[in-house]
Order: sequence, then structure tokens, then C-alpha cells
Amino acid sequence: MGGEMAKHVMLVEDEPNIIEAIRFILTRDGWRVDTHSDGQTAIDAIGAANPDLVILDVMLPGRSGYEILQELRERPATEGLPVLMLTARGQTKDRETAERIGASRFMTKPFSNAEMLEAVRDLARA
Amino acid sequence: MPRDILTGTRIRERRTLRQMRQSQLAQAVGISASYLNLIEHNRRRIGGKLLLKIAEALGVEPSLLTEGAEATHLAELRETAAEATSRGAELDRVEEFAGRFPGWAGLVAEQHRRIRALEHSVDTLSDRLTHDPHLAAAMHEVLSTVTAIRSTASILAEDRNIAAEWRERFHRNLNEDAGRLAASSQALVAYLDRAEDAAAEAAAPQEEAERFLSARGFHLNELEEGAALNGAEDIESPAARHILDTHAARYAADAARMPLDAVRAALAETGGRPDPLALAARFGTDAATAMRRLAALPREVVGADLGLAISDASGALIFRRPVSGFALPRFGAACPLWPLFAAFGCAHVPVRQVLRQAGRDGGLFEAWAIALPVAAPQPNSAPLLEATMLLVPLRGPDPSPRAVGVGCRICPQGDCPGRREPSILAEGF
Repeated sequence: MGGEMAKHVMLVEDEPNIIEAIRFILTRDGWRVDTHSDGQTAIDAIGAANPDLVILDVMLPGRSGYEILQELRERPATEGLPVLMLTARGQTKDRETAERIGASRFMTKPFSNAEMLEAVRDLARA
Repeated sequence: MPRDILTGTRIRERRTLRQMRQSQLAQAVGISASYLNLIEHNRRRIGGKLLLKIAEALGVEPSLLTEGAEATHLAELRETAAEATSRGAELDRVEEFAGRFPGWAGLVAEQHRRIRALEHSVDTLSDRLTHDPHLAAAMHEVLSTVTAIRSTASILAEDRNIAAEWRERFHRNLNEDAGRLAASSQALVAYLDRAEDAAAEAAAPQEEAERFLSARGFHLNELEEGAALNGAEDIESPAARHILDTHAARYAADAARMPLDAVRAALAETGGRPDPLALAARFGTDAATAMRRLAALPREVVGADLGLAISDASGALIFRRPVSGFALPRFGAACPLWPLFAAFGCAHVPVRQVLRQAGRDGGLFEAWAIALPVAAPQPNSAPLLEATMLLVPLRGPDPSPRAVGVGCRICPQGDCPGRREPSILAEGF
């Protein structure tokens, strides 16, 4: 990312080892990574961190990723924030739900590190 | 083709099975071989003494020649054809098929039952996969762990210059995740095994319960004597056991209100005519209890096999005691013209009608029906009703029996205000 200020990503995920792996590969790619694991307080955490991009798991304790995304889209400050949704379900209806609510991208677990990096870079460029 | 004119076909089948020549049988019963030939090709009606003599010569019960073992398969064969209309089964010859090939007819009916049971299992499993939160959580656990393993393993494999501290951490994570994956996979397999069992159990528990009752002739001696139901422990499905237990509890309560000997005596006084309203008045019960009680009595007490259908307020048949000549659909909705359903429109008022099922030669039936609440009344709440219908074979004629069907798809009545869908029987349209 050259001499530009490191872009900032907020990872909302509750699996510690996934967090660790994603944090490693994104940090190595020049990203500044913040993480949050609780669905109930994710909105406040995202608002406080003001990231360039959010990686958001669907199944979270306290509140689903879909609900969080919906609220992000309803708030003027985050309505255009790029959000990459992660889910363990790859069914068409899940993808449609994510797109309808306003996900910028949808990725099904398990994904490869290369896929994750490509998606994040694409969203940062958009 | 009416069943009774297939008697000749059955005689031919039985004679062939016994490897008798036509002339041998004709000689044994004192008729010419050419006359027997006409009978066997259903071109001469047969009955009375000649039928008895032929049955004796063939070593079978006369009823097997007049009714055939296939009668019970006819409704199922029609249902099978109804679900595969594109195959063009010759519905107008279904009775001939069942009469000539009772074994094959039984096999087709059995396969149809099996397919329905499997479809039920598939539906149950699909429901679970779609709606079961435990399964969704288990799958999420497995896939999340696999995701962590995949990402971590990739980092270790692709980045040879990774710092020792990170390498150690990722190795530790891999070890943890591998253990977690093993445990969650085993739990998932165990869960799916249970789900599969549950789906198999859920395959038509009502049918399983009704098969049990049918094998006992719907009369349960031990309950008459105040003992517990025998043999229910052999029923594997908990759902079917639950249905049986519920039925047994109701049966025992009915038997306590209307003891067998007292009902027998009451019937003898009225010439054996099974009139549920008269019996209800005599024993101080409601009419539905008397109908259930009559349908649970041995044939020798009531003089005939009686049919019984019970419907909940949704119209679903929740209990069926079949009776020869009046088919009760095994799957799907029944004919809306049955008094069973009319009774819902006038709760507490008994309905009596003489019925004939269209397209069948099962004779006339006196149908008694009533809808009654199944629970104590609640303030400001409409009662939850259950309707009961007793079917009594009618021996004498009736000037204006009502024509009803089994279900729309296999009903030939063309001009019917209750029709929901077209019939597959050509003569209906």
C-alpha cells in the first residue's frame, strides 16, 4: 500500500482463531485491523472505530450479522460503508438476504486466504 | 367393471392355481365345460348354490371368489394412479387388474405405501435441515473451525519467513482447532443419526398405529377388562406409540361408560341395529362416544364390520377404521360431501344420511356424524371441534342415497359443487 496511511478494517467475528488468522494476513498486507466479537455492541464498536471497511460474520452471539448490517445501512454515517459478509451457509437465499440488506460482498466459509485478500482489496478500491 | 362380475376371473385364476382343467371343475360341480367357460369369462353371472359348490371344489371361501382379496387394494391402486397420471394407467380396468393379479396389485399398493413413507421422511429431513437451529449451529461450528484451520494452515505453508512466535501460535491454534473439529464432527454425525431415526419414525405414525389396531380388529379385549394395552411396546416409533396411547385411553374411557355386555344386551333389545343415538341415550353418553364404541365392538356383536372416521377441525382424518365398500383416503383430503364435514357446520347436532360412494359397488351405508368440542369451553373463545362419523352397511334399499366420493382425484362425479381438483377418472368429465 506504499506510503499511504494504512487502511482500517473492522473484523466482527467470534471465532478467536479465525480472528487471529485474518488479522495476520491483513496486517501483513498493510491493513490496520480492529476486531470485535459481540453482536450486541458491534454497531457502537464500528461507529467508534470508523473503519474503511467491515468484515462481518453472520452468526454472532447476541445479534445476527444481518441485523447489524441493516442498522448500518439505516445510519447515514455508515450507509455507504463497504461490508464483506461471512457466513457458513452458502445457500442462494442467504446470499439474496445479504444482497437485499445491502452487503457489498458475500463470502462463504471456508474461504481461502487469497479469496479473502482479493475481496478486501476489491472493496477498498471501489 | 364391478367387482361381482369378476367372480369368473377369480374362479379361473383359482382353478389354474390348482392345476385343474376346466372340464374337471365343470364335472365336479355338475355343469358343462362350455357353461363354466362362459362363467370364467364373466359372461354369465354366478351365485347361490353353484358358487358354493365351485368354492368347495376349489377349496376356498366363497367370499374370496365374490369379493376377492384384492378389494382392499383398489383404493390404493387408484391413489397410485392419481399420483402418476402421465403413466396412463388403465383406471377403467383397475378392478380387473386387482382381480386377475392380486399379488401384483398388493405389491403395487405396498410400493406406493413405501414411496409415501420415504417422501414423508425426506420432507421431515428437509424441514430439519432448513429450520432446525441445533443443526444450523452444529454446521456453523464445523465450518467455522474448518475456516480457521484452512486459513492458519495456508499461512504456515505459504509464508516460510513467519516469525517463530507467530509460527508457534498458529501451530497451537491448529492443534486446538483439529481437536475441536473432531469433537464437533462427531457430535454432528450423532445428531444426524438421531435426525434420521426421527425421520423414519415420523413416517406416517398414524398409519403405523392404524395397522396395529387393524391387526387386532379394532377391538382391544384387555382394555374392555380394564387392563393396559398389550403389544404397544412392539411399536418402534414414539409418535405411533403416542397415537396408540391416546387412542387406548379414549377406548378405555368409552368402554367404562358403555361396558361390552351392557351394549350387547342393548343391541339385542333393538334387534341388533347399531343406532348410536339410541345407545347414547340409553347409556347417558354423547353420540360420538357411542359411535366410537360401536366401531370398536366385535363383528358378532354388531352383526357387521362398521367404519369410523374422525376429523379434526382442519378436516384432517385423524382416525380411520376402514370398512369394505366405503374407501377412506389414506393420504390427502377426503370428499367434502361426507356428513363428517357437514357436522362441523352444526355442532352438537347429529347428522344422518344414507350414502353411496360414486364409482364403487360397495352398496349403501347409513352414516351418522356429529361434531363436538374436544376441550372444556373457554370464555370468548370458539370451541375446538372434532367430528366423528360412523358408517353402517345398509342391507335394505334406500330411495335416494347421497352420492359421495373418496377424494376428488379419484372421484368420477363430474358435476360436484365440492370439487377441488379435476378427477383422473375419464367418466367424470
